[in-house]
Amino acid sequence: MIRTEELHSCNGTLKSRSGQKQTENYTLKNGYHKNEKVQKNGNGFHQPRVRGEDSFEEAPMYVAVLTYMGYGIVILFGYFRDFLRAVGLEKCHQAQEREEQKDFVPLYQDFENFYKRNLYMRVRDNWNRPICSLPGPVFDLMERVSDDYNWTFRLTGRTIENVINMGSYNYLGFAENNVDFLKTVAEKTRQYGVGVCSTRQELGNFSIHEELEQLVADFLGVESAMAFGMGFATNSMNIPALVGKGCLILSDELNHTSLILGARLSGATIRVFKHNNMQSLEKLLKEAICSGQPRTHRSWKKILIMVEGIYSMEGSLVRLPEIIALKKKYKAYLYLDEAHSIGAVGPTGRGVTEHFGVDPKEIDVLMGTFTKSFGATGGYIAGKKELVDYLRCHSHSAVYATAMSPPVVEQIIRAIKCIMGVDGTTEGQRRVRQLAENTRYFRSRLKEMGFIIYGNKDSPVIPLLLYQPGKVGAFSRAMLKRKIGVVVVGFPATTITEARARFCVSAAHTRDMLNKVLQSLDELGDYIRVKFSRHRRPYRPELYNATNFGLDS
Amino acid sequence: MDMKNMREYMSWLYYQYLLITGIYVLEPWEQSIFNTVLFTMVAMVIYTSYVFVPIHVRLALEFFCELVGGQPESTVALMT
Repeated sequence: MIRTEELHSCNGTLKSRSGQKQTENYTLKNGYHKNEKVQKNGNGFHQPRVRGEDSFEEAPMYVAVLTYMGYGIVILFGYFRDFLRAVGLEKCHQAQEREEQKDFVPLYQDFENFYKRNLYMRVRDNWNRPICSLPGPVFDLMERVSDDYNWTFRLTGRTIENVINMGSYNYLGFAENNVDFLKTVAEKTRQYGVGVCSTRQELGNFSIHEELEQLVADFLGVESAMAFGMGFATNSMNIPALVGKGCLILSDELNHTSLILGARLSGATIRVFKHNNMQSLEKLLKEAICSGQPRTHRSWKKILIMVEGIYSMEGSLVRLPEIIALKKKYKAYLYLDEAHSIGAVGPTGRGVTEHFGVDPKEIDVLMGTFTKSFGATGGYIAGKKELVDYLRCHSHSAVYATAMSPPVVEQIIRAIKCIMGVDGTTEGQRRVRQLAENTRYFRSRLKEMGFIIYGNKDSPVIPLLLYQPGKVGAFSRAMLKRKIGVVVVGFPATTITEARARFCVSAAHTRDMLNKVLQSLDELGDYIRVKFSRHRRPYRPELYNATNFGLDS
Repeated sequence: MDMKNMREYMSWLYYQYLLITGIYVLEPWEQSIFNTVLFTMVAMVIYTSYVFVPIHVRLALEFFCELVGGQPESTVALMT
């Protein structure tokens, strides 16, 4: 069950997280306490908040056994169908070579597509659903049916209306078509047109781009920022400009494909540390500094730690204060990808830096995207002025990619101004608060109902674990029947035993919509039997935080 | 009324069976093949147990009875 076609590669091996679950934050780590107060430099940042604990509850053993059994049976049937296709008893729908070319070197790798052909195709109707309205809190889907078990689809012509949208990354509800809000966007389109027809370096540097970059830098609290047209390309094209051969990249186990691709393209050595595990990271750092480069033992030119603000498949938050302490101790650089967390966490929507009370000037490279909370496209890189000026000349994305389109830029500008409150209304702050409230409510209700939910209590990305391959397809179809659109994810985007449904809460969801979704989830959870959680009571982190060892250092 | 509830409950059980074994994703003819094979295997297990389990249980009981009850008999036989 492939969520998007590009998520095939995983960063290293995904080991089970069972050992890490409950042993971390109740003890001292590396000489500093979890609630360490970070140096504030008198900038007036918010008091650092106690970070809620990430929960990664494990399901009972029988669930894992049944999951493997389910996969085993479907794989057997996959072999059986492949045999029928090879023998010729069944028509093969996939691309095949012509008869004359059968003796040549094969063009199409049959076995590699085994999983896609035999499992993904059978439940393919749960992805790529055509949407015919804007992806706000409710949307319209076009109804489609398949006559040959998902190999081809046809649209019936009907639309399914007012489906509640629990899958779009619309955290602050800026995917809207309200005419009042979009007035400035329409004006700028009239002024600048839609096409840019050049790269930033040549004739594509509009004044609106400069305004955007200045605004992003002010919003984040850094010296300077640069915007790119595509979020994926921001990561994959800028990391090669920052590091090269002779440098070391320490990246988290569960980093996004764009970060992995950028790291591989750069040619630097990549080492992977366990997800959010500071002991693993420190061990790697110590080893790197003691032994240096692999054969020559020279010291590394640069050590770059790559982490994300919110990990989109788990919903967990990065341990920012600990990483900053490690970074300072071992003199490494930090690359923080805030794709999902900018605008979505923090009391005023400034991201994980604000959430933890960390000065954004301590992070070397701040990266983020405008696709999630701002309702537009593109990404940015922010940091010191020297860094951004260097990237303007040396990054592939900056030099070769076409500049961002003016209406999109204006949408981002108006969204940022709304969040900052510069446009004179409190709409932005209302949305940020509404998102936090919706997140808290949704998560606590789901936990009470007995589902297994991963991630931090403040993250608006909520993965609900389904585990078994049959239930994944059934869940998505049943939710659509009840007019709720969800995104389900399976292997290879997640571990093979941990297929999940991922909810993205939005500030535009009203309490009624959330209640409707929760009620459907309750009924469906009982009917399909996905309530695997063994502790039904709400999790109380304050009981565990009471142990203060008093050894702040 | 009870028949209707019973039927609903059976259909829910069948649905759970489809989901847990992963058969839910397969086409109907494949589901029939799997059900046939499984049913045949279960039928064979039941038949085998019907034929052999009583005999095995009886033989095992006789063996243990002989061990316990037969001890005085065998010592007597040795002495005479």
